Amino acid sequence: MNAARVFRLRPGWRLQWEPAQGRHVLLYPEGMVQLNDSAGAVLGLVDGRRDLAAILSALGERFPEAETLADDVHEFLAEALAQGWIRDTEAT
Amino acid sequence: MMAPDTEHDVTPGPPLWLLAELTYRCPLQCPYCSNPLDFAAHRDELTTDEWRDVLRQSRALGAAQLGFSGGEPLVRDDLEALVAEARELGFYTNLITSGLGLDSARITALQAAGLDHIQISLQAADDDLAAAVAGAPRAHAKKLAMARAVKAAGYPMVLNVVLHRHNIDDIDRLIALCDELGADAVELATCQHYGWAQLNRAGLLPSRAQVEAAEAATGRWRERLAARGRDMRLLFVVPDYYAERPKACMGGWGSLFMTVAPDGAVLPCHSARELPMAFPTVREQSLAAIWQESAAFNRFRGDAWMSPTCRDCDERHHDYGGCRCQAYLLTGDPAATDPVCARSPDHGVIEAARDEAARDGRGLDGLVARNVRASRVFCRQ
Repeated sequence: MNAARVFRLRPGWRLQWEPAQGRHVLLYPEGMVQLNDSAGAVLGLVDGRRDLAAILSALGERFPEAETLADDVHEFLAEALAQGWIRDTEAT
Repeated sequence: MMAPDTEHDVTPGPPLWLLAELTYRCPLQCPYCSNPLDFAAHRDELTTDEWRDVLRQSRALGAAQLGFSGGEPLVRDDLEALVAEARELGFYTNLITSGLGLDSARITALQAAGLDHIQISLQAADDDLAAAVAGAPRAHAKKLAMARAVKAAGYPMVLNVVLHRHNIDDIDRLIALCDELGADAVELATCQHYGWAQLNRAGLLPSRAQVEAAEAATGRWRERLAARGRDMRLLFVVPDYYAERPKACMGGWGSLFMTVAPDGAVLPCHSARELPMAFPTVREQSLAAIWQESAAFNRFRGDAWMSPTCRDCDERHHDYGGCRCQAYLLTGDPAATDPVCARSPDHGVIEAARDEAARDGRGLDGLVARNVRASRVFCRQ
C-alpha cells in the first residue's frame, strides 16, 4: 500500500466513542459497526488529511511495542476499503 | 426436559437503538402499515419538551442510533428542533419518511439541524400502482422529486420498498428506479405481517415462486452493480412465511432496541403494542426504570419464559424463540415458539396461511386501507 495514500470515512458515516459500550463505533444509515481498540485507534486517524505514512507514524508513537504494526494497519485499511467504511480521497 | 439455562445472563446491556414514532398521523393509507390497528385511539402525542426529555434519557442509557418515524414524522413541525437536539446529544439521526411533507426548505433546515440520513419509502415503480397501494394519487411523483433533492443535498439515502404480491414482480423496474435515483442502499422488504399487514395478509402474501424469482433477480442486480462499480447495497428480506427458522426478532426482546410510541408508550419493538400486556409510558416512569426493571421489558428476556420446544433447542440463543408478536398473532400465546419455526407444534398455521393467500383473488382495492376511519372500528372492539 502506497505510503502517500490518503483516506477518509465514507461520506455521511461517523466515528464516535460510546461510553456506554466502552468502545468506538462507526455509525452509518440505520447501522453501527462496533470496533475493537486497534480498529478504533486506526480509524480515529483517518481524517482525509493524514496520509498512510503519517497514520503509521502516529500509531508507532502510541504503540511502540507493536511489532507488526505496518502489516496490521495495511491489512485493516484494505478490509475497511473493501467493506466500504472508508474511501481513498484520490478515487472518485 | 433440560433445566432452564440459568447461566444465561439476563441483565440487559444498553439499548443501542431508539425508534421515536413521533406521530401516527400519515397522509398515506398503505394496507401493510405496521402501526397498530387501533392507532386512532392514541391521539395524545408527546410534546416537544417531552420528546426532548426522551432523547436525553435514552442517550444517557447508551442509545446511539435514532430513527424518527411514525406515521409520517414530517407531520410534526418540531421535527427540525428534535433533530437538532438529538444531534447535539450525539445520536446518529435517521429520518424514516414517505417523503410527503418534504420540500427543499425543509431539506435545508433538517441539514442545518444536523440530520445524518434520510430513508424514503417507495410503493411501486410507477405512478398508477403506487397510487393504488398508498391511496394517494400524486404521491409517487412527489417522492421521486424529493429523493432527487435529498441526494442533491448530499445526504446518504436508503430507499425502502415493501414488497407484496401486487408489486414484487416489478422487482427489476424497482431496482432500476432506485439506481437511477442514486440510492446508497435499497431495502427490498417483503411484507411482514403485523398490524394492518396481518389484517390484509391473505391479499398481500406473495407466492413462493414470486419470492424466489424476486430474490434471483436481486442477485443478478448485485452482480450487475458490482460490475459497474456502483456501490448500492441491496437488502432482500424474505417473508417469515417462507422461512424454515424464525428471525432473531429485534436481536432479542429488550436487548438492543426500544420504541417510544407517539403517546409515550415504551415498547421493545414497534409491533409490541398488539400484545395482550401493558407497557409503561415515559409519562409515568423514567426510561432507565422501564428498560431495566419493568415487567414488560423483562417478560421475555433470558430463556426461562420459553416453551419446551425452544428451551430444549440448541438454537435458542441464536433466534431467541423468534418473534413474540407473531407467536401471539398466530397462536394466541405470546410465549409460544414462533410458528415460523418448522419445529413449532403450531407450524401448520403458516402452511394454512400460505394456502389461504393462494386462494385469495382480491386486488389492492379489496384490501382494508390504513386510515383513521378504518382504525376507529378497531378502537371500539
